[in-house]
Amino acid sequence: MKIRFDQKYIPIAATILVSALLYIFSCISFPGFASLQVFVNFFTDNAFLGITAIGMTFVILSGGIDLSVGSVVALTGVLVATLVEKNHLHPLVVIPIALAVGSLLGLIMGSIIHFFNAPPFIVTLGGMFFARGMGQLISLESIPIYHPFFKSFVSIGIPLNKEVVFPAVALIFLAVVIIGLYIAHWTRFGRNVYAIGGNYQSAKLMGIPILGTQLSIYTLSGFCSALAGVVYTMYTSAGYGLAGVGLEMDAIASVVIGGTLLTGGVGFLGGTVIGVLIQGIIQTFIVFQGTLSSWWTRIVIGLLVLLFILLQRFLSSIPLVQKNAAVYFDPRADQASNSSN
Amino acid sequence: MVKLKNDERIKNYRTNPHDLTNIVWPLLVLAIILLFNLFFTEHFFRIVVRDDHLFGSLIDILNRAAPVMLLAIGMTLVIATAGIDISVGSVTAISGAIAAVLIAKGNAPLFQVIAVPLVVVMILGAWNGLLVSYVGIQPIIATLILLVAGRGIAQLITDGQIIVFENKPFEFIGNGFLFGLPFSITIVTVVLLITGTLARKTALGLFIESVGGNPNASRYSGVNARGIKSLVYIFTAFCAGIAGLIAASNIKAADPNSSGLNIELDAILAVVIGGTSMNGGKFSLLGSIVGAIFIQTLTTTILTRGVPVQVTLVVKALVVFAVCLLQSEAFRRGIQVRLSRRAAA
Repeated sequence: MKIRFDQKYIPIAATILVSALLYIFSCISFPGFASLQVFVNFFTDNAFLGITAIGMTFVILSGGIDLSVGSVVALTGVLVATLVEKNHLHPLVVIPIALAVGSLLGLIMGSIIHFFNAPPFIVTLGGMFFARGMGQLISLESIPIYHPFFKSFVSIGIPLNKEVVFPAVALIFLAVVIIGLYIAHWTRFGRNVYAIGGNYQSAKLMGIPILGTQLSIYTLSGFCSALAGVVYTMYTSAGYGLAGVGLEMDAIASVVIGGTLLTGGVGFLGGTVIGVLIQGIIQTFIVFQGTLSSWWTRIVIGLLVLLFILLQRFLSSIPLVQKNAAVYFDPRADQASNSSN
Repeated sequence: MVKLKNDERIKNYRTNPHDLTNIVWPLLVLAIILLFNLFFTEHFFRIVVRDDHLFGSLIDILNRAAPVMLLAIGMTLVIATAGIDISVGSVTAISGAIAAVLIAKGNAPLFQVIAVPLVVVMILGAWNGLLVSYVGIQPIIATLILLVAGRGIAQLITDGQIIVFENKPFEFIGNGFLFGLPFSITIVTVVLLITGTLARKTALGLFIESVGGNPNASRYSGVNARGIKSLVYIFTAFCAGIAGLIAASNIKAADPNSSGLNIELDAILAVVIGGTSMNGGKFSLLGSIVGAIFIQTLTTTILTRGVPVQVTLVVKALVVFAVCLLQSEAFRRGIQVRLSRRAAA
């Protein structure tokens, strides 16, 4: 698996190019688009999607997948809302509980995947059902939050100029991005994630701690989803058991648009962030345009996913980035017998 | 590890070439839940005849499970080729949307209302097959495109509306009765029989298994691996199309937003419960059918017992985890070791 320096950066370069073109096109089409407020809103409105996508990037880099993220967002949202409004606990107590619940769920899923050699797709599907069911069991209705802590947290932020404020929700997103970048590219754990995703057998033979890394990856994704749930609750001032339906697919789409290979081992966390922003730009464009219906968002995102996959496919057919199209579900399965075609 | 896997596969093929012992496990879990109902749910097994039609919980379960059963039939073959198709829910919505628009706007004849959606979804299936087998994209991501875009396309077709229609012949598909049974059950039976015959009485099933087991080896031995792969994606889209027609006909409306939402996950779950390995290479159509019936029985049981519907999801989650454990080599070996120790002591 020899990757030439410049080749490795082509997908992410394409992602950046597409996002820039989309943004410039939007700005030319609508004068109001170029305002700072709109730009800040990309981060605020997509903070919860972005945070789940960061966790998802680690999972996908390791060759796995996590379908439970949308449900965990809903579960933690309902949990926070119920504990704060019905049990009158302080948010500073409730939020760590919610984060712990999400991480624990991730840890359990990671354990099943590791110890029982079960396909991540199916295990996290179970996690998805479980979290969604638990969330709806706690409450079927949307629970509004009136606690002053939430109100004040939403209103604070860094003022960028006289009118525009960079809100706390977006700051959390940025913090997660920075921490995520550090973990992915400058820690041993990050290297291990890439190694496991790149070639499971080699990673194992090299003595990379598979157990610890795999458990950490899914715990991290669970934590990110829980944090996204908390952010979503702040953003909407309510907890709702039906929130985040289909969020997992948006997160996966962001990761793919960001240039990460779904077979694992290749990709950048920064690309995911841009993938999230691209979705934000498309949505905002459709809002600005006014006559286009909302379903065009889905169609355009589908086309973008296609574009990026074809690009990656084209690049990997040049034998520089070539890697075994390993079985997606079970990184442990013998790669030779399963590589497609 | 590879060798062991292949040996096991050969052994499996010798001992149960026709699904027989494969479906013992799924049948067992189905039997357990039916036994539970026999003792704890009143009138669960009662079937009454009214206007020459059969009514009862069991009939209701089969009727409601029909769309998932259809999807599971197609999904079984896809998973047998070591693939997956997560776009079937969106394809279901598209098929229903086209049928509804044809009836509501064009007043098209019944033949067109059925044929046009099925042809369109088969083209969509061919698209999936093209991406997977010829372009070489991993199945989950290739079908993710249609999953994301498909629901948008369905909304585009109906212009974002829920289209309500009235058309007596078309309503027969989802609400009619044949031989006293809901017509949807007949549809599932016919599709299952045809698929089963093609898969088990011709070489097609063997080709599908060989493509799933080892695409390279099967290609070198002259199997048209790409063609086979494309074929199963077209077929699964076809099944999803029929499911969409049944769903739309049943509620006399097409709802592009929620029709078939997450149904792909139920279908995949049914296949996995049925004992088909997600690594491909061997499959059990009957097992998937039993899996689909099991999921619906679970839902119906929970509903008739007056337990909140949300519990269904939690129970389903536990089923998923249990299936993961039962299918895991490590778990089985652990149990075997423990049993043999006990026998020794």
